[in-house]
Amino acid sequence: MAFRDLGRNKRRSILSSLAVAVGMSLLLLMAAVVAGEMRGALQNTIQLQSGHLQVRAENYDENKISLKWEDLIASPQQVIDKLTSIPQVKFATPRLIASGIITLKDNSKGVQVIGIDPASEANQIFRQGILEGDFLTPDDREGIIIGKPLAEKFNVQVGDQVSLLINRSSGDTDEQLFTVRGIYTTNTMNYDENTVFMPLVKAQTFGGAEDHASLIFVMLHDQAQADIVATALQGSNYQILTWQKLNELTVQLEDFARAYMVVLYLIVLGITATVVVNTLVMAVFERTREIGVLAAIGMKGGRIMSMFLAEAALLATGGVIGGLILGGLAVAYFTKYGIYIGDYGVSGILMGDTIYAYLTVQDTISLTITAYIITLIASLYPATLAAHMEPVEALHGN
Amino acid sequence: MEVAKVENLTRTFKIGTVETRALRGVNLKVEDGEFTALVGPSGSGKTTLLQLLGCLDLPTSGTVIINGTDVTKLSRNQRADLRKATLGFIFQFFALIPTLTAYENVEMPLLLNTQPSTQRRGHVMELLNAVGLTDRAHHRPDQLSGGEQQRVAVARALSTNPKLVLADEPTANLDTENGKQVMEIMSRLNQETGVTFVFATHDPRVINYAKRVVTLRDGVIVEDNASSKGK
Repeated sequence: MAFRDLGRNKRRSILSSLAVAVGMSLLLLMAAVVAGEMRGALQNTIQLQSGHLQVRAENYDENKISLKWEDLIASPQQVIDKLTSIPQVKFATPRLIASGIITLKDNSKGVQVIGIDPASEANQIFRQGILEGDFLTPDDREGIIIGKPLAEKFNVQVGDQVSLLINRSSGDTDEQLFTVRGIYTTNTMNYDENTVFMPLVKAQTFGGAEDHASLIFVMLHDQAQADIVATALQGSNYQILTWQKLNELTVQLEDFARAYMVVLYLIVLGITATVVVNTLVMAVFERTREIGVLAAIGMKGGRIMSMFLAEAALLATGGVIGGLILGGLAVAYFTKYGIYIGDYGVSGILMGDTIYAYLTVQDTISLTITAYIITLIASLYPATLAAHMEPVEALHGN
Repeated sequence: MEVAKVENLTRTFKIGTVETRALRGVNLKVEDGEFTALVGPSGSGKTTLLQLLGCLDLPTSGTVIINGTDVTKLSRNQRADLRKATLGFIFQFFALIPTLTAYENVEMPLLLNTQPSTQRRGHVMELLNAVGLTDRAHHRPDQLSGGEQQRVAVARALSTNPKLVLADEPTANLDTENGKQVMEIMSRLNQETGVTFVFATHDPRVINYAKRVVTLRDGVIVEDNASSKGK
């Protein structure tokens, strides 16, 4: 009966369902974009910068980027051997990080110089990101790779020589000429513009750090195991930091984004529910006399109420299905092609230049349930209005 | 046996500060099997009395007893139950549900009474046959003439085998021929099934079908031919 009642004014019913569908699809897309943005930023930061775990010397302070021996790990290979014996660890690699200034002709810029083991699996992301030229080799003593934005800014080509000045472990500075072996991209503008890589051995020599490393970058088979591995490593004379600790800002931002999305759900679904309520209120007034007839033949208020709630549920069902289809298509498109945002970096978060939508089953289910609940709660008003009509007044159309 | 009884019934409507006394101390008994017409000019209180007999409204004072139950002591839901089990209604404006077929309109009160579907089907078709609409069972109201719609309404009113059927101006929106047909069907069903009919009308042709005529004027019964027959 509820289904047929909706057919009395097909256009109005379709428009009401469409309002729910459009609201639902927009929210699905927004949820997917926000989730994709957060997930992308977090995974980006993990892969490029933090890893799932970092092992650092007790005194190491990442804000100082010190190369003083007491701030560094003295025997990184021993730590790596210990780490790789843990089954959850996928790979572990040392990195030496120094602050420096890169200069070409009249241009100079402050950069972070990272010494990496070119052979390590952990650095595959940079090898795969080579756009021009070659990746580093472990025994290269003059070569560096620089990011595409920096190359464009300095108009540097592969094979060009640039001057690099860094702070050494002794506290003084040293400057040397290096040849640009390759230009890379991680599709993370602010990272690529500010990071220069060279082989670890050369970085250690250049910085006077001998065989020391700033940190051991660790990737796990499953990031959820980070706390377990960190606990297993406790007791050593090192700082063991998990990806959650290293990316507190991103994790907090993700929590904030989730809370923000819930508020947005309620606002948008509240608006769409208003359309459904409006439709049902009109239906109640148009059918006042029928409500009177139904009451006269013995239909109780509760049943009249459930009749209108059933209509609301049907409108919501149509809207939710439509929204899932429309939203699903939009999400599928942006999952594949992404949304290009360029250099929209937030300080402390390594955000890629393209956001790929990422819709979780949990988000889809929670949105669907929320859409239903809000529509039904909002529909209580017209349903109650109908249920509380006095039969004698309703029969007269009042 | 009394199907309905009202005693000292008054009903006052207040619109703004103006009070209108629609009924002023009405006493009436309706016996089982009666075919009674409530007549009187507009504003005489016919419809108000029917609404009170139909448990659709409550009196300002006095009592309404339907099938032995004092309606004034019932809750809203209990009155709905009483209407569902004991009463049938025929309205001036046909009052069919436009999205339902003739069959489904007649079936509706039975659905509320949760009668099994096998029993329902036979009973509904029997009623549609009784009002001559078997071949129109699956037509919606907008595919039926006014007379046919009112005949469906008659079948619906009788679907729960009520003790009392109340009809408010059942022929007012019908032409002479259709009005005659509806009254003949109601009269025949009254005789065949023994169900009690009380109908309000001011159509003289309809009054002729009544076995008993109760005349109201200004909210009081001024004539009752049952009383004059010593009933």
